[in-house]
Amino acid sequence: MALLTCQDLSLGYDGKEIVGDLSFEVNAGDYLCIVGENGSGKSTLMKTILGLNSPISGSITAGDGLKQTEIGYLPQQTEVQRDFPASVWEIVLSGCQNRQGMRPFYSRADKTLADENIEKLGLSQLKKRCYRELSGGQQQRVLLARALCATSKILLLDEPVSGLDPKVTAEMYELIERLNKESGTTIIMISHDIDAALRYADKILHIGKKIFFGPAREYTEAFDGFGAAKGGADI
Amino acid sequence: MNSFAEKLDYLSYPFVQYALIVGVLIALCSSLLGVTLVLKRFSFIGDGLSHVAFGAMAIAAVLNLTDDMPLVLIITVISAILLLRTGKNAKIKGDAAVAMISVGALAIGYLLMNLFSKSSNLSGDVCTTLFGSTSILTLKRTEVGICIALSAIVVMVFILFYNKIFAVTFDEDFASATGIKTGAYNLLIAVVVAVIIVLAMNLVGSLLISALVIFPALSAMRIFKSFRSVTVCSAVISVTCALAGILISVFAGTPVGSTIVAADIVAFACSALIGALKRGSGI
Repeated sequence: MALLTCQDLSLGYDGKEIVGDLSFEVNAGDYLCIVGENGSGKSTLMKTILGLNSPISGSITAGDGLKQTEIGYLPQQTEVQRDFPASVWEIVLSGCQNRQGMRPFYSRADKTLADENIEKLGLSQLKKRCYRELSGGQQQRVLLARALCATSKILLLDEPVSGLDPKVTAEMYELIERLNKESGTTIIMISHDIDAALRYADKILHIGKKIFFGPAREYTEAFDGFGAAKGGADI
Repeated sequence: MNSFAEKLDYLSYPFVQYALIVGVLIALCSSLLGVTLVLKRFSFIGDGLSHVAFGAMAIAAVLNLTDDMPLVLIITVISAILLLRTGKNAKIKGDAAVAMISVGALAIGYLLMNLFSKSSNLSGDVCTTLFGSTSILTLKRTEVGICIALSAIVVMVFILFYNKIFAVTFDEDFASATGIKTGAYNLLIAVVVAVIIVLAMNLVGSLLISALVIFPALSAMRIFKSFRSVTVCSAVISVTCALAGILISVFAGTPVGSTIVAADIVAFACSALIGALKRGSGI
C-alpha cells in the first residue's frame, strides 16, 4: 500500500480549477519533486495534501498507517516570521504539537525529541539564539528540525532553497538527501530548480499544461523537445 | 512635606486600592495577548474593538440599562470574532475592516449619545468614555470582583494554551497541518481580546486601549529574544507602568489613562535604548 495515493484530483480555489485529472502515488522512502510553471498549482497541491485546502474533486488517501497529522511541513517563510522573537529551541519544540493532544505542556519525551532533531541538523550551537538573527540557511534548518519533530515519516518541502546562496543551497540539498537515504524519510518537494530535481529526486511530478509523473530518468525523454519543461519551469 | 504625607493617606482609601488592583490586573491581561496581536499584525484591533465597545455603551445608555457590561461584552465579542475571521478570505481586508468598524462604531456611538442622551454634561460623558478619566476611581466592589474573576480566567486560558498560541502565531499553516484547530484558537484569541478591552475601557478609556496592548509588547521585543522572555517582560513592564501611572495620577492629579500611557511611552524609550546598547556591544 502506498503512503499517499492521489486519485483524479482536481484542485483550485473557490471552485475555479487550476489543475485537473491528477493521479499519483507516493511510496515510503520515495523522493518526489513537484515541478511546473508559476501558478500551475504546485503550492495548492501541497496545501491539499496537508489538508489545508479541500480538493474540488478526487481523493487523497493515506496508507501504511499514516495519520493526517503525521506530516512534517516546511512552508515558505512568511513576513511575520522574519522579525519573530523566538528562540530556536521554542520553534523546534513547537513541532511536537501534534503529539500533544489536549495536554497543555510539553512532556519530557517531546523535549528529548526536539533535542535530538536539533543535534541531527547541527543546530546545537544555536539552540538559545533568536530565530530572526539567523542566516537564511540556518532558519531553514530550524524549520526542518521542527518538521522532523512532527514526524520522521514524510516531509513536505515548499521550495526549501529559495533565497539561499549556491553554497547553502547545495548543503540544504545534501541534508535533505541524507534524511531520505539514511533515515528513510519520504520527501515531497516543490522545486523551481529542474537540474537539482533531476539529480536528487527519484520521481518527478510535473504539473501544468502537460502532466508528467514517473521516474526522474524518464522525465527528460518525456519532455524532449517540449520547451516548457526546462525553459518554462526555470525560476 | 505635610501635603505629601496627606497624599500618602490616599492609599488607605478603598477607591484608590480598587483602582490599583483593577489597573494591575488589566495591565497584566492586556500585555499577555499584546505580543501575539503585534506579531499577527493586529495591533489596531484593540483600537477598533474599543470603539465598538464605545458604540455599545452608547446603545446601553440609550436603552437606559443600568448595568451596561453584559451588552457591551456581547457586542464586542461578536465584533472581535467577525474581525479576526475576516482575516483570510474576506472581500474587505484586515486593516481596512478594522478601520471601518472602528470609525463607524465611534461615529454611531457619538451620534446616539447626542440624539438620545438626557445628560446635561454630554461632552463630559463622551470624554470620560474616550479617555477613561475618572471612572476607575469610582469603581464599586462588585465591579472589582468581576474584574478579578475575568482576569483570572484570561490568565489561566493564556497559560493553558500558551504553547498552542505560540504555534498558531508563529506559523498558522504548519500548525493546522499538524492538526491544531487554528480557527478555534483564533476565535479564542478574539474572545479573550474582546474581554480584555471591555475591562480596560474603565482604566484608560476607549481611545488609549491600543497603547496598553502594544506598548509593553513592543518594548519587550526591543530587549528580549525568545517568545517566553518577551511575554514575561511585557507583563512586567505593563504592570509596572500601570502602577506608576495610577500612583502618579493620584498624587499629581493627572488623568489616569493618559498618565499610564505616558509611563508606557517612557518605558518604550528606555527599552529601545537598552536594545540598541545591547546590539552595539554585541551581547
